[in-house]
Amino acid sequence: MSAHHHDSHSGHGEGFHGELGHVVPYKTYLAILIWLLILTVVTVAAAQVDFGAMNAVVAMIIASIKALLVATIFMHLKFENPVTWLYALFPIVLLAILLAGLFIDNPFRTDPQHATEAAQHAANRLAVILRIG
Amino acid sequence: MSHGLFRTEWVAGEPPDIHHMDVPTAYDAAKLGMWLFLATEILLFGGLFAAYALFHWAYPTEFHHASKELNWKIGAFNTCVLLISSFYAALSVDAAQHNNNKKVVRYLLITLGCGLIFLVVKYFEWTGKASHGLFPGTSGEHGAFNSPEFNHSYRMFFGLYYCMTGLHALHVIIGMAILAWAANLARKGRFSKRYYTPVEVGALYWHLVDLIWIYLFPLLYLVG
Amino acid sequence: MTSHQHAANPAQNYLNHPKGVWSWLTTTDHKRIALLYLFTILLSFFAGGVAALVMRTELMFPGHDLVSADTYNRLFTLHGVLMIFLFIVPGIPATMGNFLLPLMIGAKDVAFPRLNLLSYYIYVIGALFGVAALANPVDTGWTFYTPYSMDTGTSVVLMTAAAFILGFSSILTGLNFIVTVHKLRAPGMTWSRLPVFVWGTYATAVIQTLATPVVGITLLLLIMERLMGVGIFDPKLGGDPVLFQHMFWFYSHPVVYIMVLPAFGVVGEIIPVFSRKPLFGYRIVCLSSLAIAIIGFVVWAHHMFVAGISDTAAIYFSIITFAVAIPTAIKVFNWVSTMYKGSIRFDTPMLYAMGFVFLFLVAGTTGIYLAALAADVFYHDTYFVVAHFHYTIQGGAVIGLMAALHFWFPKMTGKMYNETVGKIAWILVFIGFNLTFIPQFGLGMEGMPRRYYDYLPEFQSMHSLSTIGAYVNAFGYSFALFNLLWAWIFSKNYAPANPYESLSLEWQTPSPPPTENFVETPIVTDWTYGYGTPLKSGAH
Repeated sequence: MSAHHHDSHSGHGEGFHGELGHVVPYKTYLAILIWLLILTVVTVAAAQVDFGAMNAVVAMIIASIKALLVATIFMHLKFENPVTWLYALFPIVLLAILLAGLFIDNPFRTDPQHATEAAQHAANRLAVILRIG
Repeated sequence: MSHGLFRTEWVAGEPPDIHHMDVPTAYDAAKLGMWLFLATEILLFGGLFAAYALFHWAYPTEFHHASKELNWKIGAFNTCVLLISSFYAALSVDAAQHNNNKKVVRYLLITLGCGLIFLVVKYFEWTGKASHGLFPGTSGEHGAFNSPEFNHSYRMFFGLYYCMTGLHALHVIIGMAILAWAANLARKGRFSKRYYTPVEVGALYWHLVDLIWIYLFPLLYLVG
Repeated sequence: MTSHQHAANPAQNYLNHPKGVWSWLTTTDHKRIALLYLFTILLSFFAGGVAALVMRTELMFPGHDLVSADTYNRLFTLHGVLMIFLFIVPGIPATMGNFLLPLMIGAKDVAFPRLNLLSYYIYVIGALFGVAALANPVDTGWTFYTPYSMDTGTSVVLMTAAAFILGFSSILTGLNFIVTVHKLRAPGMTWSRLPVFVWGTYATAVIQTLATPVVGITLLLLIMERLMGVGIFDPKLGGDPVLFQHMFWFYSHPVVYIMVLPAFGVVGEIIPVFSRKPLFGYRIVCLSSLAIAIIGFVVWAHHMFVAGISDTAAIYFSIITFAVAIPTAIKVFNWVSTMYKGSIRFDTPMLYAMGFVFLFLVAGTTGIYLAALAADVFYHDTYFVVAHFHYTIQGGAVIGLMAALHFWFPKMTGKMYNETVGKIAWILVFIGFNLTFIPQFGLGMEGMPRRYYDYLPEFQSMHSLSTIGAYVNAFGYSFALFNLLWAWIFSKNYAPANPYESLSLEWQTPSPPPTENFVETPIVTDWTYGYGTPLKSGAH
């Protein structure tokens, strides 16, 4: 925490002569762009292969690599402080939680017509585990 | 008190006089503020992605078939357009960091040009879909889009497609407005390595627009 | 605790300088913006209260007395929307948070003062959309559940657009506060010296910023459903109405922590001052605010136990919901421990703070009943739930706001209110509130459903008691707030800078503060809760 004294008119007079943000070399930006274009080709190529249920997952993983390149280099996240990283990543955690909530619900729903059977099955299994049935 | 509602006077290349923050704090605060705003945008679109994920799981084959109605080549072209636009947005920040207002203008104009190309392509995609009856309110070889007989999963896929790409296009427009504002300031020689915050935060916002499309393209056009 | 402050010109403060309506409407001063919000949210509180009284009057006796079933549906929707989106969600953060945050950390203003004003005007625009929706008031409940909200002919689009816009205001305020706490703390004001109100406001701001966008997209999708018929919430089209509930509650559960975390902060400031003892367990109290914010994100489907979610999901959400009680209980133990062997002064702010502890205890324990799956199957959609959430929201957040308004009244207005009237009003509020809602726990246990305008004769005595309580409650709030308004306008009892002898930074500047808060930036050398050692005034 900086310790300079302010009066009520701060910022006047003294200029700030340090470096504000990180300067990334032009070559780096260009290299990242080329990688991004290559990965776009990879995305399309990967879509020709059938990974079954994993199709979406593979596509999202490649997209995430591209996203990471854009975020860390183009958006300078690589040079940012931990607080910025926290708030850049926290949304992803929250979205994962939302998805988790949706997917412990929908795939495990039982047909209401068979609910009694399902409940009985669950009760039986629990009784076996607890050694009371 | 120098904190009026509308700050109009400025000195070329010098940061504005903000009464309660020194220059590096103001710069850091602006960046953190924009990253927080980007976090909210990620969550906004994330909700859409979550809804999409649920129905992609529920109707995998139907969604895959519906996505074949989209032209992946156009989608890939638009992806490259946005990647290049991000490249130039990053370069505009670099130009500001090297005191070169003219280059800031040039690079931002290229970024804006890419954004415009993206929107024009999108326009033709959507009108193309409409002419095939795949847009709300239209009818074509699959029937009337809003009729009860229309294939439910096609309607759901396309409904989500228009919501997601529509919301994205809206953000492209907003991003372009922000960058145009920054470009205009650069045209007047506003920035220097001592002050380029509008370029930095404008570029950050623009990169988000690119990031979202990086996910939208494979999901909607390739996987379905 | 702080370096010496020399007195600013007492005649010139943030209230009287600059002058004129335009200077208020275009202000970027966080203290003035706080008052703008306060005025507006209290209007909403009043309007929402009127809706409640009309409902309670209808429910005094069984049968159709005052309003039809359809009107009743619109009334409880309006009551919910006004109270939640327009009153208690902006609530303490937009008013007390705005006023106090920069003062408590030793800053001149929030990080983005102009964005702060924009937040206020976005709120006003959202409110106007809500007013526009009154052309055909919505009847879905404030929860807008699908599929009914897709089909009903009422102004759902306008009302949900209002909520969307109000959410934007909330997001921008939260964002502003987060950056403020990270970047604008005075020298020496480390995180471990921050008042608990600041920790609470910070945790709240995190939820405001990150949870609100999800309800934003949910409401946007509902609007798209009504306008375009996508089908994602429509079972007839292969969609899932429960998806709406998942997305809605993903925000709307964390929103209750937006409502109550600042109130926890308020109570954490008041109790040490009026017990003349340091806050017990400061560190764990701060961490518990963060824990509540985080755990609050993973429990949302406890609102959906009987909506048709899977047993697996229900079991998981039930277990985790029990966990969220733990950090809250930690706070309660710490507040009570603070009072233990303290030298307690029962001034009005302390009465509200102590009332809060009791009422929130009831709220939390009745929440445990609802978290238990088998019990919730019975209690869901009964008056038990209504009573529970009124104990949390009103007994918690609103009482917290009342405590804050009374405690910081001298700071905000430079005057003292009538303490006797304040105490009498508190008694009325406390009695009225409990009289309204304890019968409702009884009604719920007997199976009385919520959102019904009529009921079987066996429920009548409890309903009548509840209605009487509602009138006493309303009168109590009116009396309390009128007392404050009266004092502000007419009182000649001017407040000193620090009438309650608090050690917190906001009390080390004149009452009311000058526009720039501090004449010299404070340098902090100690934490806020060093009570028990002699102060300059000779008090402890």
